[in-house]
Amino acid sequence: MTLMTYREAVRRAIRKAMQADERVFLMGEDVGRYGGCYAVSQGLLEEFGPERIRDTPLSESAFTGAGIGAALGGIRPIVELMTCNFSLLSLDQIMNNAATIRHMSGGQFTVPVVIRMATGGGRQLAAQHSHSLEGWYAHIPGIRVLAPATVEDAAGMLGPALEDPDPVLIFENALLYNDTDDVEDLVEVDIDHGAIRREGADISLITYGGSLGKTLSAADALAAQGISAEVLDLRVLRPLDEAAILATVAKTRRCVIIDEGWRSGSLAAEIMARIIEGAFWTLDAPLSRVCSEEVPVPYARHLEEAALPSTDKIVIAALAVLGR
Amino acid sequence: MSDPAIKVRLTRKHCRTLLHQMLRVRRFEEKCAELYTQEKIRGFLHLYIGEEAVATGVMQALGPEDAVVATYREHGHALLKGVSAEAIMAEMYGKQEGCSRGRGGSMHLFDAETRFYGGNAIVAGGLPIAVGLALADKLSGRKRVTACFFGEGAAAEGEFHESLNLAALWRLPVLFVCENNLYAMGTALDLSESETDIAAKAACYRMGAKTVDGMDVVAVEVAARRAVASLHETGAPQFLECRTYRFRAHSMYDPQLYRAKEEVEQWKERGPIRRFQEWALASGELHPEDVQEIEEEVAREVAEAVAFAEAGTFEPAEHLLQHVGAERRT
Repeated sequence: MTLMTYREAVRRAIRKAMQADERVFLMGEDVGRYGGCYAVSQGLLEEFGPERIRDTPLSESAFTGAGIGAALGGIRPIVELMTCNFSLLSLDQIMNNAATIRHMSGGQFTVPVVIRMATGGGRQLAAQHSHSLEGWYAHIPGIRVLAPATVEDAAGMLGPALEDPDPVLIFENALLYNDTDDVEDLVEVDIDHGAIRREGADISLITYGGSLGKTLSAADALAAQGISAEVLDLRVLRPLDEAAILATVAKTRRCVIIDEGWRSGSLAAEIMARIIEGAFWTLDAPLSRVCSEEVPVPYARHLEEAALPSTDKIVIAALAVLGR
Repeated sequence: MSDPAIKVRLTRKHCRTLLHQMLRVRRFEEKCAELYTQEKIRGFLHLYIGEEAVATGVMQALGPEDAVVATYREHGHALLKGVSAEAIMAEMYGKQEGCSRGRGGSMHLFDAETRFYGGNAIVAGGLPIAVGLALADKLSGRKRVTACFFGEGAAAEGEFHESLNLAALWRLPVLFVCENNLYAMGTALDLSESETDIAAKAACYRMGAKTVDGMDVVAVEVAARRAVASLHETGAPQFLECRTYRFRAHSMYDPQLYRAKEEVEQWKERGPIRRFQEWALASGELHPEDVQEIEEEVAREVAEAVAFAEAGTFEPAEHLLQHVGAERRT
């Protein structure tokens, strides 16, 4: 076991993958000489050289597409996009090529590309650097969407993502990079299932990514009031672990979904729909959710806090579902 | 009809090859248009008729190990790269024997065996893919070329500029082939570009960029061979702008309000097949019997393709969700 930050965990995962397979390389804006805009790739250029740690021009669409082409060509690119807001400049390549080429080619070609990007608010970076768009990507058949919420998942998801023959998008909530935990050195985790992060009996709190910490804090606060909350970390946003969702709801009969995306057309909405379809008769109360407010994320600290899910909002929503 | 310094020897055999390849594309597509009116082929159908010299000429410079990325007007490129007429026609019929199992249709022909990477229907969307394929070759130490075909309309897209810059910056073995047919669907080049010289745009990225008469198959072949030779020598990308013209509608629903009939007729006078065939006959390189033999062979190939497609089968609808992602452990 080694104590490490989430940032170091991602870096170790990249290093491990590059040491294990010479086809693996990293490319993106400022990943080399700058060390990554979140310092994830610091030191990797010195270790692996500029052929495998590639600084790119500010051409998100071209270098994401080049990652797709390189994957088609038999190597294993890790493409880093600075933030999910910038990923919109590569959306054409992700949606129209990465997600479709296997299908359009009748299964002849696969696109084993991994695309990592930062997501989420909370750093006073305002409306072009703070959004949570992973729910949009989770709409697209043909790609896998991962949201590592723990240091262990940050360390362990990249390996299996690179082994996946299909495109994998990894959303790293930028507030998590300084989180610290003990992690096994060679950890690999599965990228198919959600994980129960806290067992409980009275209510299920379903979340992912940057909201997991807030949700666990809310569970602590509820415990202080004698309420036993179960916390499900989805981990994989596409394909959703529907069995885990239905299982926790069947157990507690009440549920709040916490999603940093906007409420309308959100991943939270999809999860609610799955619960309605699959577990309606087990419910003892209407479902509820805590999402970001329907506003571009503002700069001012108090306004940004008001816009994003918070521990207090989660507690209030849970109490309401419990009729308290 | 070509630069006397060319390195292409116009032997009778080679003349036959060039005419044969252009006619394969022409007759195949004429049949497609006919089948479209019979509703055997549906969706969009973008014909390459008039532009055959471009893909035919360029393909002479490529080997089986080289990759091709093309656009939605790619039946000819697929045929010439070696995808069978049967598999292409079956694809257009939506049959599972098609080269994309009926999942792609006319705009998305794919074939792993011949390294044919589509069939991309987003204008300029294939350029980054070509850059990536070339990057994979470079990082793997393989000496191969990726040829990327696109129309002049692509030059208006950011992906065109981003991709050219990336390929030149990283010195990647991409042969960019711009098929400049003067119209992006219905918008003329001079209505959409402040600088209409596409090769000049490419030259800005410090890559070898040439313009060639895309109605002259020999000129295209020469230019392509030179570009590929230079590419192998330097490892750096090359750009070829082929000035050509589409004789038919953009797709099948196009009254062609944006151009004069006289203009189309003038270009047809310079038609690549007519022009090459007339020259080859006049110069004695080919005899009328050669042309007849080629026509007969092509007609056979097209008829066999249609028979194959007709006899093909539709994939059971229960298979709908296949080919979206790998079957995974759960």
